[in-house]
Amino acid sequence: MTEFIFFINQVVISGAVLGCIYALGAVGITLIFGILRFAHFAHSELMTSGAFFAFLLAALFASWGIVTPIPMGFVVLPLAMVLSAVFALGVDKGFYAPLRQRGAKPVILLIASIGVTLMIQGLIRLFFGAGSYSFFENETKDVFRVDTSFLGSTRPLVITEPQLLMIIVTVISVLALHFFLTRSRLGKAMRAMADNADLAQVSGINTALVVRVTWIVAGALACMAGTMLALDVTLKPDLAFNIIIPIFAAAIVGGLGQAYGAIAGGLLIGFAESLAVFNWTMVLRPLNGVLPEALQLPATLALVPTEYKLTVAFVILVVVLLVRPTGIFKGASS
Amino acid sequence: MIARSLSLFAGLFALILVIGWLMGVPFTSSRLVEATAYALIALGLNIQWGYGGLFNFGIMGFLMLGGFAVTFISYPINPSFWGSDGPWMLGRAALAFGAGALLVYAARQSHRLGLRGGWKTFTIVLAWFVAYCLYRSQIDPAAAYIESTAGFVGGLGINPVFGWLFGGVLAAGVALIVGKIALGLRTDYLAIATIGISEIIRALIKNMDWLTRGTLTVSPIPWPTPLPQEYQASGADQLSSLILARGGYLALALLVLAAAIWLVSRAYAGPWGRMMRAIRDNHVAASSMGKDVKSRQLEIFVLGSVLMGIGGAMLVSFTQIFDPSSYQPINHTFLIWVMIIVGGAGNNWGAVFGAVLIWLVWVISEPLAKTIFETASYWSTSVGWPEIPDIESRSAQMRVFVLGLVITIALRYAPKGLIPEVVRRDS
Repeated sequence: MTEFIFFINQVVISGAVLGCIYALGAVGITLIFGILRFAHFAHSELMTSGAFFAFLLAALFASWGIVTPIPMGFVVLPLAMVLSAVFALGVDKGFYAPLRQRGAKPVILLIASIGVTLMIQGLIRLFFGAGSYSFFENETKDVFRVDTSFLGSTRPLVITEPQLLMIIVTVISVLALHFFLTRSRLGKAMRAMADNADLAQVSGINTALVVRVTWIVAGALACMAGTMLALDVTLKPDLAFNIIIPIFAAAIVGGLGQAYGAIAGGLLIGFAESLAVFNWTMVLRPLNGVLPEALQLPATLALVPTEYKLTVAFVILVVVLLVRPTGIFKGASS
Repeated sequence: MIARSLSLFAGLFALILVIGWLMGVPFTSSRLVEATAYALIALGLNIQWGYGGLFNFGIMGFLMLGGFAVTFISYPINPSFWGSDGPWMLGRAALAFGAGALLVYAARQSHRLGLRGGWKTFTIVLAWFVAYCLYRSQIDPAAAYIESTAGFVGGLGINPVFGWLFGGVLAAGVALIVGKIALGLRTDYLAIATIGISEIIRALIKNMDWLTRGTLTVSPIPWPTPLPQEYQASGADQLSSLILARGGYLALALLVLAAAIWLVSRAYAGPWGRMMRAIRDNHVAASSMGKDVKSRQLEIFVLGSVLMGIGGAMLVSFTQIFDPSSYQPINHTFLIWVMIIVGGAGNNWGAVFGAVLIWLVWVISEPLAKTIFETASYWSTSVGWPEIPDIESRSAQMRVFVLGLVITIALRYAPKGLIPEVVRRDS
């Protein structure tokens, strides 16, 4: 039983946390691709800047002497999401809208988004330097240890407070997104436009409004993902730039343009990464007593060495592109 | 058109003179050698994107392969590796790799034994897994042994020019595999697939310590031309030895670049170039005219990657250090894209112009930002405001911002580049 709890700590929890972050990021990418038909590289910088908005707000609140029972990062999240949504709208208005009006090809928009990535990253580094920050400098990161001795385990189940809140918040926002997309007029218009932009336009859907709403939703979700990532590890200028490819992998694996596919893809890649680097010897150790001398388990029996963790996502991506070129849920293409 | 290109190049020359005057000869000569190497790399991307319309975002991977190639070929031989059991163990790992490849091949042919559908897929997946375990069981102890006894495999001690050539060959080989995997995909998917593959290459080169020494870095890598120290030994003073040595390297690099431009321009002016333009502009029409779109695209992808491999090798042998962890997508993939976008995709001179201009902008934006910050700080302190903190590190970050600014401005106001493609209409 100890081994099972260890497996939950090492794979299930860390996979779920990683999967939630990937999923929230990938939903934004997939929505932008579905509506605007280009791969938005600067999404990573929306995530990082969102995390910095939250960090600044948290610092501001703390300087006013406000103390909250849950981590400050979660308290200021709604406000930071609003700021990020406005920021995303501004980026679109300043950089992508002029190109769209000129009728530029999706490829040009993709390159423009790389320019935006570099500019935002440069600005963040200009103001915050290259160092890292922590949300938990003035408050403690609570760690819950659930005693599992009644199951016969000698190890507790370990989860930190941000991780627990993160999973809850992600579930809530995915449900909210689901109801938005299936019940509201705007959500239905978004899905219609993702399916067929021309048809949506001739059937009287206000495409400019749909584009704005897409940026608002994508910016808010990106801020959420970035803040959570910063709460789980540390906040640094290349926070999300390092994981943009796994996030793209999640969006593609799910099928670009498919919101539910992105969530599935994010969780899949998050769990695959945790599973791939998991040391199976820790779980299979009891077998050592049963197995003959020649078949004893080595000290490490991970599928891939830890330093190749991020590579797992790329390998999954390449395999999926080979087997199902438009992803599991059959996505769109530009 | 020609007048415009000439005046742009004249302006670039003037810029180089100004930089030489402001920053000194040693700085400027180094940057010019690097700019030549980047021009070769940009030419490679121009073949892929400007001629072929292929979206390669994995340039960093090919540059790393070139860098590794020149290290492997020209670094002196490591006797403590060749005298140990290392070669034997590596031989066994190679055998395991071959056996695994054979196993996968057999599984792929299993339909001849009557396996169909799900069973065949299962057999292939199983074969891949067994092959992977087999290879890992041999390579892991070999890697641990080499790292603990000899450090790493070392080089072959051959002239670096052969390292450049090997960089091209290695890049071609990998490009063939990457192209076969990814070229069936459309634009955005191709971009993301290539960036993913280049990240895999980076992870491998960075972590295969037994072969590449990983984060421990390899240096000094020999030069193909005489080093400044050699000129000094024969009695030249500091500055002139530096100029002579860098001039020699620059001449060799320019020779390679000129040869590449000549070959590429000749090919592009001929029927091959017309076919490539046809495929780029409308691959469906080209295919219905009987052109083999897929293999032509593979061809152009491999050709472009060869130039990237050679350029990557040139950069590494010039700096004399191979540091796998210094490779960043911003500096080694996006920078080259900016060069092509600003210079003009589809025009070789545009690619060369863009490469030199953007490289100079990239390297001088840091000292420029530092000067601006220092001046601003001087004024702000003189009126009683606090001075700007950490000017050094902040100005180092400014060049990323400037690069982003350049790309967005270029796309907005000169979407075809400063020296755009010349479209000839034969009536």
